[in-house]
Amino acid sequence: MAKLIIDGQEVDVPPEYTLLQACEAAGAEIPRFCFHERLSIAGNCRMCLVELKGSPKPVASCAWAVRDCRPGPNGETPVVNTKSLMVKKAREGVMEFLLINHPLDCPICDQGGECDLQDQAMAYGMDKSRYVENKRAVEDKYIGPLVKTIMTRCIHCTRCVRFATEVAGVPELGAIGRGEDMEITTYLEHAMKSELQGNVIDLCPVGALTSKPYAFQARPWELIKTESIDVMDAVGSNIRVDTRGREVLRILPRTNENVNEEWISDKTRFVWDGLRTQRLDKPYIRENGKLRIATWSEAFAAIAARVKRAGPDKTGAILGDLVSTEEAFAIKDLMTRLGSANIDCRQDGAALDPSLGRASYLFNATIAGIEEADGLMIIGANPRREAPVLNARIRKRWRAGDFKIGVIGEQADLSYDYTYLGAGPETLATFADHKEAKLQKQIWLIGQGVLARPDGAALLSMVAKAAVSAGALKDGWNGFSVLHTAAGRVGALDVGAVPGKGGKTAAEMAKKKALDVVFLLGADEIEIEPGAFIVYMGTHGDRGAHRADVILPGAAYTEKSAIYVNTEGRPQLANRGAFPPGDAREDWAILRALSDVMGVKLPYDSLADLRRSLVAAHPHIGKLDQIVPADAGDVKKLASLGGKTEKTPFKSPVSDFYLTNPIARASATMAECSALAAGKAREAAE
Amino acid sequence: MLADKDRIFQNLYGQHDWGLEGARKRGAWDGTKGILEKGRDWIINEMKNSGLRGRGGAGFPTGLKWSFMPKQSDGRPHYLIVNADESEPGTCKDREIMRHDPHLLIEGCLIAGFAMGANAGYIYIRGEYIREREVLQAAIDQAYDAKLIGKNACGSGFDFDLYVHHGAGAYICGEETALLESLEGKKGLPRLKPPFPANVGLYGCPSTVNNVESIAVAPDILRRGAAWFAGFGRPNNAGTKLFCISGHVNNPCNVEEAMSIPFRELIDRHCGGVRGGWDNLLACIPGGSSVPVVPAKQIIDCPMDFDALKELKSGLGTAAVIVMDKSTDIVRAIARISYFYKHESCGQCTPCREGTGWMWRVLNRMAEGRAHKKEIDLLLDVANQVEGHTICALGDAAAWPVQGLIRHFRHEIEQRIDAYSAHPHSDSVRVAAE
Repeated sequence: MAKLIIDGQEVDVPPEYTLLQACEAAGAEIPRFCFHERLSIAGNCRMCLVELKGSPKPVASCAWAVRDCRPGPNGETPVVNTKSLMVKKAREGVMEFLLINHPLDCPICDQGGECDLQDQAMAYGMDKSRYVENKRAVEDKYIGPLVKTIMTRCIHCTRCVRFATEVAGVPELGAIGRGEDMEITTYLEHAMKSELQGNVIDLCPVGALTSKPYAFQARPWELIKTESIDVMDAVGSNIRVDTRGREVLRILPRTNENVNEEWISDKTRFVWDGLRTQRLDKPYIRENGKLRIATWSEAFAAIAARVKRAGPDKTGAILGDLVSTEEAFAIKDLMTRLGSANIDCRQDGAALDPSLGRASYLFNATIAGIEEADGLMIIGANPRREAPVLNARIRKRWRAGDFKIGVIGEQADLSYDYTYLGAGPETLATFADHKEAKLQKQIWLIGQGVLARPDGAALLSMVAKAAVSAGALKDGWNGFSVLHTAAGRVGALDVGAVPGKGGKTAAEMAKKKALDVVFLLGADEIEIEPGAFIVYMGTHGDRGAHRADVILPGAAYTEKSAIYVNTEGRPQLANRGAFPPGDAREDWAILRALSDVMGVKLPYDSLADLRRSLVAAHPHIGKLDQIVPADAGDVKKLASLGGKTEKTPFKSPVSDFYLTNPIARASATMAECSALAAGKAREAAE
Repeated sequence: MLADKDRIFQNLYGQHDWGLEGARKRGAWDGTKGILEKGRDWIINEMKNSGLRGRGGAGFPTGLKWSFMPKQSDGRPHYLIVNADESEPGTCKDREIMRHDPHLLIEGCLIAGFAMGANAGYIYIRGEYIREREVLQAAIDQAYDAKLIGKNACGSGFDFDLYVHHGAGAYICGEETALLESLEGKKGLPRLKPPFPANVGLYGCPSTVNNVESIAVAPDILRRGAAWFAGFGRPNNAGTKLFCISGHVNNPCNVEEAMSIPFRELIDRHCGGVRGGWDNLLACIPGGSSVPVVPAKQIIDCPMDFDALKELKSGLGTAAVIVMDKSTDIVRAIARISYFYKHESCGQCTPCREGTGWMWRVLNRMAEGRAHKKEIDLLLDVANQVEGHTICALGDAAAWPVQGLIRHFRHEIEQRIDAYSAHPHSDSVRVAAE
């Protein structure tokens, strides 16, 4: 620890702290533009200058380490002033320089109201302008369909450049020109190729980079902010949903060091226009091959009649990727009460089985644990497409050095270097009886590409065997980590939404004549063969709705309060930001009402009641934001199962990052991104 | 006047052979092995005792700088970097060394490299110096062929490789950390300090960046002894120095002189006096375009060295003496210098990026007189806001000429403004463009 006197107050801080951190520890506020905790230090905005006694010039506190402060001639404690005249003058000067070429277009700027420059100009600037020359104007650049640029507003803090280079791993942004002619650009004006690019909007301290879809939609003070959880992938990124009236106008990240730090993927951020289009807002019944609008009671009556006729063995339910834990619990309960064992949350056929123990399907190493790891084996996954934020964490660890990464599966650009070991099970088999690796904390990342195939169970066991033999399981460290792609999957597995004794799996249910009535809870990624009567509960007129005989309109993730368990097994609570459109209702309430009509009334009248039953049955889901570690012994048991594997190479389940779920498929923004990405892929292939 | 025998750069004017033969005749590479055999500590000590201050502008003691390099390598290699990116307007000393006396530089590199445990040296040469690079490269090849550098340099058992890197012509790459960035293949943007290059320099390894002249004088200092070198000039300003005198003198020239030579003597002896006589002298920029201008009456009898010029709130800089007689439009002249800094600002940090353009624009108007008198104080304020607030010294270099102008020639600007406003003009001073 090193002692410092900051504004007359003595503080004791670690020597590796920067002066800025030390000043904050002392309670002094330091303005900054270029500095960002998660990016490298640029020290170029000069806003954070402080006075260091003994230094003739003010020093940039963001870049000056406490250990670089020399003691006085007689060994006095270094003295830092953040409120002296010198500092005030320096800040005023820098602020004036930043403003001379910054347009005063705040009234038409989307950053207005949440602009660092605006706020800091109020706090640290001078009262009037002394600049009478012409202002600089800079041409706007095209950098893709997501980020709008008004480059005249740019203050050259280079946060976006550093983010793209360091976090996103696509060094596409840069500065060309020099002096006052310096411009931030992608140079050839092509769209950025990152699935994390939206974060530059948050990082930009001014209105130079703003959200293109959100442009001129609202002012920040008009919006109601709701804390929620993202369902676009299984990471469970913490988000803030900004709504005005019924409409979600934008989605921003919330900081959660354990999950998403403060990044979110573009799909998470820009999917909101999909919440408005293609929505199911009325119940429908298919009559004479055509869907017609119906009332809730008509629809329920039709369903109840069919279910009664079919009987429990011919009734089943398939859960989609976005179902909340409460819904999974309720449908499981409903099916049990009906006497049916036909329920499955694995519409992709992934060989995950809760009876093998929680450790067999969780990302046991945890996302934050990636930073502690010293080795990573990626099997049958493309984390960049399946969980971009988690991939950013891997890249962060890789950048810190001394991190071995191996890949079995697709050889894709993951934004970091890795050793490519092979494409499929044969390569994996060579690791099954491997000698222990000389690594302390390994992660064996298992993608759905390994599991969602006929030999998935055997492969899962083989990976477990390999992980155990390589030493990925140690005291206090379980490196066996399954990366999910579906936000609802872990919660559904936790409540046991898988076939019971004699029950059919999703694939079996989809077969012709397997069932008479199939409930699809937002399950759009499975093709049910003709014959069965389909009840689709969901939000969008997507594949499932097209096939449906009865449609029950549900609420999207922003429109309900729900618990989602992420890939690590961390239950997180999403709050309701808006109301579902038209007659649409929250899914648990629909199930509750339907159960009454079917005569198997579910015993909860409110969401609180439902949660109480859920937590009583599965206590770990009640421990919000916490991970209850799974028993590592289950992985060892899993390893001993064995089975026969095929030779097909692993393939990531996510082929188009932008269109993985019904909400994203309804979004025009995502469609544009997808087309652009496909075009790029074509270009690259040519 | 410096006696011919005391001149280090015997071939400054290129009258003799620049090659190894000629250099040897003039004393280069004489007893280099013996110098190396005396060891690192002796060399550094001798350099410290000689009182040599860096010739690149800042005047940091060279021996001290060398001593900052770690004594023992921690596994990382050490590097010597020679800053031959001589771009300061008015300065033209290093090019003469490189094209006419390159072997002094090469020998200096070997000795300096040895003194700091660097087995590799890089000479970063300015983009515009094409012939100079050719000569320097040819001289390095000669030195390799003669086994003076390379493996077992001069038979001393020390390996030393020397590379010439050609810059692309950016002024900012003469700043030591920007030079390192450029050498690494990146954009030439100055780095934040600390850490200093002696700890984390080229490719993250301990490095020392020296000016060409500082390195080139080292062999002679070590051959003739620190006391000999320290015998020139006033205390703390020791040695001989190359002066580059340009502007309104009868014979502009480069000349090696003893430090602390009075300005009048320097001009009279070597340049045939000021154009139109001493009464015609208006002002002088004594150390390259970045140092503040000094008016005639202060400069005439001033000793040309670091400390004396610092007392005049100017500096010796690179000793590029720019003499201006009374025909000079001093406001225009400084405005032009201001344009240079605006043009060469790298754009990385705010005060310099925005401030240099602002200063240039105001000065440009002032050169016409199209300004308000209160803007003089505004200009000074802007210059003070730039100075000392930037990552590198380019901000200071841009601010100093402006400060010097206002300090000494405020009346000149005021007259200009009065003259302009005395005649009605159709385009009045613009009001704030908001």
